[in-house]
Amino acid sequence: MSGERGLTRYGLRFVALFYLAALLLLPIGVALVKTFDDGIGEVIDQITEPDAIHALKMSLLTVIIAVPLNTIFGIAAAHVIVRSDMRFKWLIGAVIDMPFAVSPVVIGLSLILVYGTGGWFGADLAAQGIQVIFSTPGIVIAVIFVSLPFVAREVIPVMQEIGTDQETAAETLGASAWQTFYKITLPAIRWGVTYGIVLTTARALGEFGAVTVVSGNISGETQTLPLYVSKQFETFNSVGAYSASLVLAILALGTLLFMNLLRRRED
Amino acid sequence: MTDITTNLKTESHGIEVRGVNKDFGDFHALRDVDLIVPDGSMTALLGPSGSGKSTLLRTIAGLETPSTGQVLIGGEDQAKKPVRTRNVGFVFQHYAAFKHMSVFDNIAFGLKVRKWKKDKVKARVDELIDLVQLTGLGRRYPSQLSGGQRQRMALARALAVEPSVLLLDEPFGALDAKVRKDLRTWLRRLHDEVHVTTIFVTHDQEEAMDIAEQIVVMNEGQIEQTGSATDLYDRPANEFVMGFVGEVNSLGGKLVRPHDTEILPEPAPGTVEVEIDRVVRLGFSGRVEMLTVPDKKEVWAQLTRSELETLDLESGATAHVRPRPDAVTKDDTGALEDAFREESPATRRPIPAEPGLPV
Amino acid sequence: MTAIAAPRPRAGIRLPGVSGALSKGLVVTYLSLIVLLPLAAIASKAFSDGLGSFWDAVSQPQAVAALKLTVICSLIVVLINAVMGTLIAWVLVRDEFPGKGIVNSVIDLPFALPTIVASLTLLTLYGKDSPFGVDVAYTRVAVVIALLFVTLPFVVRAVQPLLLSLDRDMEAAAESLGAGRARIFRQIVFPNLAPGIAAGVALAFARALGEFGALVLISGNVPYKTEVASVFIRGQIESDNIVGAAAVSVVLLAVSMTLLAFVNLIQKWGLRDER
Repeated sequence: MSGERGLTRYGLRFVALFYLAALLLLPIGVALVKTFDDGIGEVIDQITEPDAIHALKMSLLTVIIAVPLNTIFGIAAAHVIVRSDMRFKWLIGAVIDMPFAVSPVVIGLSLILVYGTGGWFGADLAAQGIQVIFSTPGIVIAVIFVSLPFVAREVIPVMQEIGTDQETAAETLGASAWQTFYKITLPAIRWGVTYGIVLTTARALGEFGAVTVVSGNISGETQTLPLYVSKQFETFNSVGAYSASLVLAILALGTLLFMNLLRRRED
Repeated sequence: MTDITTNLKTESHGIEVRGVNKDFGDFHALRDVDLIVPDGSMTALLGPSGSGKSTLLRTIAGLETPSTGQVLIGGEDQAKKPVRTRNVGFVFQHYAAFKHMSVFDNIAFGLKVRKWKKDKVKARVDELIDLVQLTGLGRRYPSQLSGGQRQRMALARALAVEPSVLLLDEPFGALDAKVRKDLRTWLRRLHDEVHVTTIFVTHDQEEAMDIAEQIVVMNEGQIEQTGSATDLYDRPANEFVMGFVGEVNSLGGKLVRPHDTEILPEPAPGTVEVEIDRVVRLGFSGRVEMLTVPDKKEVWAQLTRSELETLDLESGATAHVRPRPDAVTKDDTGALEDAFREESPATRRPIPAEPGLPV
Repeated sequence: MTAIAAPRPRAGIRLPGVSGALSKGLVVTYLSLIVLLPLAAIASKAFSDGLGSFWDAVSQPQAVAALKLTVICSLIVVLINAVMGTLIAWVLVRDEFPGKGIVNSVIDLPFALPTIVASLTLLTLYGKDSPFGVDVAYTRVAVVIALLFVTLPFVVRAVQPLLLSLDRDMEAAAESLGAGRARIFRQIVFPNLAPGIAAGVALAFARALGEFGALVLISGNVPYKTEVASVFIRGQIESDNIVGAAAVSVVLLAVSMTLLAFVNLIQKWGLRDER
């Protein structure tokens, strides 16, 4: 009997591991090897190219703007959804989920239609001398769009679970709304916020499709690191593409590991 | 109702456990367990948590495999038989209801496995629903039933396939005290009608003594004593059984029953000095609650009304107690306290390393 | 990942006065500027030249080919995910082996990895210079592989918690009633996993429909052959055929939003049964 069970168990395990190896682990391993085909020196040269460094800076810039904005938004939205009795709350929740349902290219297009020169706000922006599309602000908005939901979604269940007892107690003790929020609510939701920030960062760094459409992809100017990878590939600079990919992969893995560490610390 | 009794097989379905050991890694859950459960009887496995009673039950069912030893049902060695061929009915503490199926489908499950025809299934399930008094609730889902109702459904489900043996693992443990008592009586009546060899696990000695014909007292993987309620109470084999079944006082290094505790106004050979805490008159009998003077241990005695009146005790007074001359006593070595400590790590059952069921 | 189900309000607890209105206002404004207005603009543009123009754009042969390819490949991918995702979740929950923790963490990799990196990585193993000689680049197989990569975590992560909270006694009870392993899985385990599988499939489908970055290097983007809807849209934007781009976008959006709503419904239904 145990032999039969054992066979099925090993069979399932084998299939699962084989699938994961073929789809995830092997490609990553092979790509890693290929990156260093010409030696580690070449890789370092590639990632220190001025265009590469500029692309990295651009990526980090968008992250530094997008993540705090989405964090504040996420906490505020969670507060509204969980604690208020606004009539169209469900709509807010639904809209927050929308970035998951929209193709990145469509996101880029939608931003052009609003903030581009022919777009809804196009004329007003041009009058103020602000260029959004084909320029940094456009990239930032695109990145904000795609990474919008994460903090909200992580914080909402946490806020729901901790309940209002502590906040009510604080209010009865005379705390103002802001004090209550700052001293009671915020610390209680800090793990949700942290996870949300990590997820937001990973998503923001990796965005490609929306930024491609919105940026015009001008080398050295409106190029984030993912775009740089694509450009290098198109211009047959395979080492350059792989090297920049490596940087992105390391950043991605870093966020994964950080996430894991946090989960362990929370426990 | 007679349909159910006559449908049951008349062959012997006694259970025999021979020299069973069960280890989970380093943890010995069962040690050299020998047990005979007569056909058609109702037996209780009684003991504190971690005593191995559930493990023994599951081993009889085939949900666990013994490390050594044999399990025989109706004289047949069950070693090569997986649980699904043993024809045992098993009832779980937390009902294990198929929550995505209706009450009807839950009870019908075993019959459908055996490929019964639809009309026969309906007839039998309806019969059982009436038997367990869930009439009219066939279409409901378990989440819509109370705990007691869910457990009755679980019983009906187990009985549907006419098992040779019915095994219940703390069946009333998750229920309120009143429901527990009602269902206990109900189970006894059911057993009187249906006569399936039944074993149930409990840590509640009152439950065991109330309805079981035979009680098996277990502690730390071993059987301490097997017998009727009277056997265990009047003739406990050791200190553990005496303390676990029925109330005891610890007096001068000995365990003695409260109704065997004699109170004297003056010191005498073998007495311990006590201070009377309170006297409770309960109609024809009474309790006297006391604290021993040397170490402030609680001791209480059960006396008849006339004895109480003769002694005329008051709260705060001093008295002297000792076991009556013909009392049953056991030495108090302190082992009892260990067994009763809540969640003692040594007796806590570890999570088995095997991934468990169907892979 | 689960969609947001708006929770019941706690009676009596309101956001305090000014700060309350401010929060609501900020949240609504932010969402409008970033999400709502842009999406509304797409819908508006798609129909800006009238219904006829919309229909022409969507029924254009290249558009139809792109949409068809996208939907079919996405369907294949989610079906594979339904099976493999459940299988992987099963192994992660019920099995024990050294390194299982690492495997569990690895599942999240497609969430964290930039899609362009995924594209490049898959190309290395499954493209022209493949060390194992498996060259499927610029074929529909490549599209499927890339989509499988990015949708891997959805079903797994949706099924895992359901498996973890499954009452093992139910399976033991079924076994004691005579059921074999196959029946136990079919009639006891699977029905309780179904909501998770459905939710995971819907989310994976929505993701697959819109995927761009993972496909861009490995699929070759050949019109009528390996061009998916998102690539087609990008092409339309570049050829300044904005209305056409918006029209096809609307189709994609409609399908994805429906899927999201579906996931939401499943979760509400699942919560209702919780006791």
